[in-house]
Amino acid sequence: METTTAMHIANGIVDGPVSAVFAVLAAAALAFCVKKARADLDDRLAPMAGLVAAFIFAVQMLNFQVLPGVSGHLLGGTLAVVLVGPWVGALCVSTVLIIQCLLFADGGLTALGLNITNMALLGTAAGYLLVAGLLRIMPKTPGGLGATALIASVVSVTVASQGFVLQYALGGTTDLPLPAVAGTMAGVHVLIGIGEGLIAATTVATVARVRPDLVYAMRRFRKPATAEIGVPA
Amino acid sequence: MKHKLGWFLGAGLLVALILAGVVSNFASASPDGLDATARDGCTFGADDEITGGTCMLQQEKDHQMADSPLADYGIKGIDNPYLSTGLAGAAGVLIVFGVGGGAFWLLRRRSAADA
Repeated sequence: METTTAMHIANGIVDGPVSAVFAVLAAAALAFCVKKARADLDDRLAPMAGLVAAFIFAVQMLNFQVLPGVSGHLLGGTLAVVLVGPWVGALCVSTVLIIQCLLFADGGLTALGLNITNMALLGTAAGYLLVAGLLRIMPKTPGGLGATALIASVVSVTVASQGFVLQYALGGTTDLPLPAVAGTMAGVHVLIGIGEGLIAATTVATVARVRPDLVYAMRRFRKPATAEIGVPA
Repeated sequence: MKHKLGWFLGAGLLVALILAGVVSNFASASPDGLDATARDGCTFGADDEITGGTCMLQQEKDHQMADSPLADYGIKGIDNPYLSTGLAGAAGVLIVFGVGGGAFWLLRRRSAADA
């Protein structure tokens, strides 16, 4: 049984200079995320973020079939932003990508900045913007949160795939027609996004049901102030 | 702290360990969306070697960490593929939780008492 183990951009697909530019961009963005994340991270969110990262690592191993001969796996951006917020969420996905690269030889070291930019930054940013927007109109229930995560995942994964298309346009080492690459990537990643969306929806709806207090995206919809003052439940 | 976090963390970790340690063995072995795109345009022989055409995969370079004991989601030296993948996945979950959780713990905002 031959298993496919490459899940992220490998070395050599995008040239060195473009990879280096994205490495610098990703490092700067992550430094900014660390700065912003500190305001969110407390004694409860920190271990929760560790769990979210570990969960994303696990689910990324679960490739599901989307077309004959083509599979996909969750990227995790939407799931992360719903549970731990945008800044910590981006750091969760980055943690997974860095460990996958350094220990599991998945996603080239040279390509790490490209992978972080697409999945941890673009994917989470798109996911968060959609979640924040949709939650204004969606019912604030586990089901509403799940539906939100499903829609946001499809968009988030597709946006992340187009990040690769941009990088390939700037520094692709092969001469392939860009519209075809963009079309193939978008088409297959819409399908992967639906799969990711179903997983993310199930996960966030479950957490919202058993521990609604641990869902970052629902914080601002909870009864004002009482939680902070500490009225006995 | 009104609700204990411990039970939730334990249950969550257990689910992640089962997914990475057991369910991962039943994952699709087909190339993923990106990999399939990278193979687009080439033809492949019986041993999955490129036999013609133009595709991104032709320019792919080896991974710097290819000799890692956990490379390609397997544990070097364990021949049983299920055991190898499962243990590598479980190890990955614990490493990500330890490294990630540890880093987030160090970054966290301290309460006024120990600031």
